[in-house]
Amino acid sequence: MSELVVSISGRSGSFPLSADFTASRGVTALFGHSGAGKTTLLKMIAGTLSPEKGRIAIGDTVLFDSESRINAAPEKRHIGYVFQDARLFPHLSVRHNLTYALWAGRRQAGRPFAEVVDLLGLGSLLERRPATLSGGERQRVAIGRALLSNPALLLLDEPLSSLDHARRQEILPYLERLRDESGLPIVYVSHEIDEVARLADTLVVLSEGRVVASGPVAEVFSRIDGIGGAGEDAGALIEGHVTGWDPGYRVAFIDLGGEAFQVVDEKLRPGMHVRLRVRARDVSLARHAPEAISIRNVLPVRIVAISESGAFAEMELSFAAQVLRARLTRKSVADLGLKPGEEVFALVKAVSVDRSSMRFAKGG
Amino acid sequence: MTGTGLFGLSAADWGIIMLSLRIAFVAILFALPLAFAVAWVLARYSFPGKSLLQAFVTMPLVLPPVVTGYLLLVWFGSRGALGAPLDEWFGISLAFRWTGAALAAGVMAFPLLVRPMRLSIENIDRGLEEAARTLGAGRLVAFFTVTLPMLLPGIIAGAVLGFAKALGEFGATITFVSNIPGETQTLSLAIYSFLQTPAGDSAAIKLILVSASLSVAAVILSEWLQRRLDARRPG
Repeated sequence: MSELVVSISGRSGSFPLSADFTASRGVTALFGHSGAGKTTLLKMIAGTLSPEKGRIAIGDTVLFDSESRINAAPEKRHIGYVFQDARLFPHLSVRHNLTYALWAGRRQAGRPFAEVVDLLGLGSLLERRPATLSGGERQRVAIGRALLSNPALLLLDEPLSSLDHARRQEILPYLERLRDESGLPIVYVSHEIDEVARLADTLVVLSEGRVVASGPVAEVFSRIDGIGGAGEDAGALIEGHVTGWDPGYRVAFIDLGGEAFQVVDEKLRPGMHVRLRVRARDVSLARHAPEAISIRNVLPVRIVAISESGAFAEMELSFAAQVLRARLTRKSVADLGLKPGEEVFALVKAVSVDRSSMRFAKGG
Repeated sequence: MTGTGLFGLSAADWGIIMLSLRIAFVAILFALPLAFAVAWVLARYSFPGKSLLQAFVTMPLVLPPVVTGYLLLVWFGSRGALGAPLDEWFGISLAFRWTGAALAAGVMAFPLLVRPMRLSIENIDRGLEEAARTLGAGRLVAFFTVTLPMLLPGIIAGAVLGFAKALGEFGATITFVSNIPGETQTLSLAIYSFLQTPAGDSAAIKLILVSASLSVAAVILSEWLQRRLDARRPG
């Protein structure tokens, strides 16, 4: 598996951008608010915009190197680019859009046409014109077209941003199959935390044209100074295996590396690997393990760090080699006298972990 | 020339019609690629003197046709700055020849060709070319497989409109190449000649009907192509 190594600086108009990151197997999410430079970065990787300095390589293939004056043309880079607005060719049928790289780009067929059509559920669309497709169908065709160009890397630029909630739910399973079955490194641009939590393995956070954090997704998510540190949605990702399912109460039991956890979900079955996103504002702390309480999840944790700002205190907690975050008021931290290094109990309501933030990992 | 043939038109009438069609066809054949290049440059590039080029291209539309004809005579006449070398090196003589009529028609139609093509080029989403290139198509391949097919209805619509204009050209033609039956006497010039002679109205009326039908047909064809272009836009 060749990995993408990016270390560049440049500008788009007057907007400066510099980025250093590596994307290997699986999905690397480029996360950031609009205007953070995500699309600019993708353009530089794809070669439609040139950086000023630095180096871009996929494995041993150098695509851009300012020192040795290498700057491969976009058509030579073998990068499948799925645009936010799909960009299907309106004068061609879906079939001819899908095979464009073969007949116009002179690319070797990397994977069988039928396999891609099947993977993305395009069978009934082949003879249609792009103008007659729904937004979701268009994005699926765009993904198929990129996949059939025999790429060494896929770039997906907010492929779901123009779709409504129902359409997103329709496409997400295809993206998960793509991630699990294509075997390609995928760079996925998004500003939706839920999408990132569900799809990404590695997270690169961009802000104002700079990488402010990067690493394994759970690690970056939980960092107190990292993603959305002050946002309503700040939270942490925790991972585990489903050990049981109670059909009567519709509750799933999850083993988080030694600690038991319960969530409400219809689709979880024993043996599945799951990733849960727990929002910091849904986590409470207690000095002693509470008894006779409705909250199902009580985890013994260690306080790693406390950062206070305004009325709030952001707590970084660790348990069983995982990280959890809690947002408390500064007053309750003071009243309880909480300090880094102390052992306390984290309380999480089973109903506060919602379905869209779960991710079903490969196979089970 | 006596007797009537097809559609009640005499052989002489048919000769005039065929000559007009030939002149208009040759005019558009040569003007179209040049107009496309100019439209492309105006749509895609900005450079010093762009508004000057734009004004120059629009000239035939706003100048009195007789002035355009006079300028053609000065530049492309047998002793003109461009006419003399053309004749000497390529054996192309324009003054008082049907080729000259085609040049006049092409020049007069030029602004009509450039405008719709420029608009189509400006309307094209350049992101589509970008997409084509990430799929392995070089600039040229992307142009021929994506850009040009999408421009085609616009180009054809412009060409048909230009053709109609070339077919009816009068002022610049009569000034530049005169009104020579069998050589430069197109429909418009023939109608003019008939109307100058006493009792020529009945002969003129047939050609007027032919001329009007051709123009109307061209405009309808152009509109129809334009609608097809719109229908193919991504929705």
